[in-house]
Amino acid sequence: MSRPDAALGPMASARGVLRRISAMIVKEFIQLRRDRVSFATMIMIPLLQLILFGYAINTTPRHLPAAVFTHENNDVTRAILAALRNTAFFSFVRQVKSADEAEHLIRAGDVLFFVEIPAGFERDLRRGDGPQLLVAADATDPVGSANALAALAGVVSTALTRERFVDAPGGAPFEIVQHRRYNPAGTSQLNIVPGLLGTILTMTMLIFTALSVTREIERGTMESLLSMPIHPVEIMLGKIVPYVAVGILQAVLILAAGMILFGVPLEGSALMLAGVTLLFITTNLSIGYTFSTLAQNQLQAVQMSFMFFLPSILLSGFMFPFSGMPLWAQWIGEALPLTHFLRMVRGILLKGSSVADLQGDAVALLVLMLVAMGIAVARFRQTLD
Amino acid sequence: MSESAAATPEPSPETVAIAVEGLSKSFDGRMVVDHLTMRVMRGQIYGFLGPNGSGKTTTIRMLCGLLTPDSGSGTCLGLDIRTESRKIRERVGYMTQRFSLYQDLSVRENLEFVARLYGVPKPEQAAAAALERLGLAGRGRQLAGALSGGWKQRLALGACILPSPDLLLLDEPTAGVDPKARREFWAQIHDLAAEGLTVLVSTHYMDEAERCHEIAYIAYGRLLAQGTVASVIAASGLSTWTVEVKGAEGHAAGQVITALSRALGSRPGVDMVAPFGTQLHISGRDAAALEAAIAPFRADPKLTFRQDAPTLEDVFIDLMGRSKDELR
Repeated sequence: MSRPDAALGPMASARGVLRRISAMIVKEFIQLRRDRVSFATMIMIPLLQLILFGYAINTTPRHLPAAVFTHENNDVTRAILAALRNTAFFSFVRQVKSADEAEHLIRAGDVLFFVEIPAGFERDLRRGDGPQLLVAADATDPVGSANALAALAGVVSTALTRERFVDAPGGAPFEIVQHRRYNPAGTSQLNIVPGLLGTILTMTMLIFTALSVTREIERGTMESLLSMPIHPVEIMLGKIVPYVAVGILQAVLILAAGMILFGVPLEGSALMLAGVTLLFITTNLSIGYTFSTLAQNQLQAVQMSFMFFLPSILLSGFMFPFSGMPLWAQWIGEALPLTHFLRMVRGILLKGSSVADLQGDAVALLVLMLVAMGIAVARFRQTLD
Repeated sequence: MSESAAATPEPSPETVAIAVEGLSKSFDGRMVVDHLTMRVMRGQIYGFLGPNGSGKTTTIRMLCGLLTPDSGSGTCLGLDIRTESRKIRERVGYMTQRFSLYQDLSVRENLEFVARLYGVPKPEQAAAAALERLGLAGRGRQLAGALSGGWKQRLALGACILPSPDLLLLDEPTAGVDPKARREFWAQIHDLAAEGLTVLVSTHYMDEAERCHEIAYIAYGRLLAQGTVASVIAASGLSTWTVEVKGAEGHAAGQVITALSRALGSRPGVDMVAPFGTQLHISGRDAAALEAAIAPFRADPKLTFRQDAPTLEDVFIDLMGRSKDELR
């Protein structure tokens, strides 16, 4: 009857703790490896989502449907239309006969842009009167419209210069009037990749640990585990550590793909980025683990994860600017790890923020993690009562 | 009920493996274990019997600290079941009713996990040795979930004894296992007990009860009888007659038995009538009343009446019936 750690002093008991935690870690890794579907999703989810959302939402949209209303047909208008087509931003689906018709198309969502070349544009241009070119954009999707609008002025000006309708030097001989409809404020594009890093990590980390304890209860293995000499904290750490490794793998994949595919810069310190990401991963794992101790079964655990995931997406500043939200919503946002992570990761990647800039958010994340771990340990049922 | 244990002198604590007093537990206001008092000596195989839902599993869970008793106290291996459950866990092997090892780990990985958790030195070698001992050497790489019922049970027992515990708590270990595997299982239990291990085993099978050194019968959360099989039968005060049919076989004999069983069942003094093929067991608590009840039938030349010892099953069914009457 060998019981090495019983009453052998603190050193032996510390070894015992490490031994039991590592036994849990080994077990979790084997189970993870054997669950091929989950393992594949761990790798595929971040890549698929990044590529899907990165390209679908994020990059400069092409071939946006547009309508054109020309009051006259001459060299100048033809040159402008040809140049607009060549940018590949627009694809002119319709030539309309009136401003009302164009208005209707935009409202129906058939076109996102409407270009109006007014009567006498050529004459005014040649006279140097600076005629107006009206471009109306459906800016409900600001990312899509902003780029096309930004490209517009340059394109038209270059086209007219090349065709020698106007002299090359000097200011623009005409004025483009832009109407950004429905959403005058646009958000920056580079926000999206760091944002995806945060949301993907939140989702996968939450769900994996949320399932871990409830799965043992559902399969009946918890009864055995509880009858063995292992402490709840040891079980928790043994279950969290393997997923930290998975989280790091996911973060590396997302960041690498973000840099290669979308040209996301790294202005700040790579070490800080690693530290902040590690803290964020552990915080989400702790919250997922807390759900796992609260839920009765795996379905409930998944439901809880989603109830947490949705506000994380909507109130963290990922989808909408944080400062634009009402104060009460900002308070909720401050309680979400993603909010703090987004600020830090955007700061490090895009602005080159320093430790001093970010310490408030780092501390907030640390506090959230400790609170979650505390609840998890307190809630963990060491008995079957 | 027999209180023979109270008459014997108090044994020294080293020789007692389990001693609990007044243990109670209720779930949602329903009393599952009701002031249970029992004692198991070291090196003993102690059978725990009782109908489904009688509180056997709950008692076992309280013994190893998985449930907290509402009231009562006790020790397991000299350790307090309320305050020292962590130390108890290091020295107790608990085999759950439902297979509770990891189905998605291989046989070997399961054993290695248990060995590491308990701090068995050289866990890989210990697991390999256990595989050999269990006759599972060829199945080390098989997933535990893919094993048949008998092998799962063997693996579960192997995992329980791997950390060399001092006490085994086995909750219906042989449910759904074929007779050969059951016999091998019991041979192993006896070997372990001979080495000094104490075994508390719950079961529904009467033949298994008879393999135990001592038994306890529990129904509706209450301990109704305990002691050796012989002493439990003797203490029941039950008298039993066996009736056999002469000159008829098979179906004809069966019909005679059925008719007799109906006729006797309602007579005063007859507490239990149970057909066994072409035989009938008739039991009653009052020997004189029972004899009076069967007297009219003894004249029948086709039937032979023979006074018999009650079986353990007779005793338990009687105990169950009686405690039900008391509860009403």
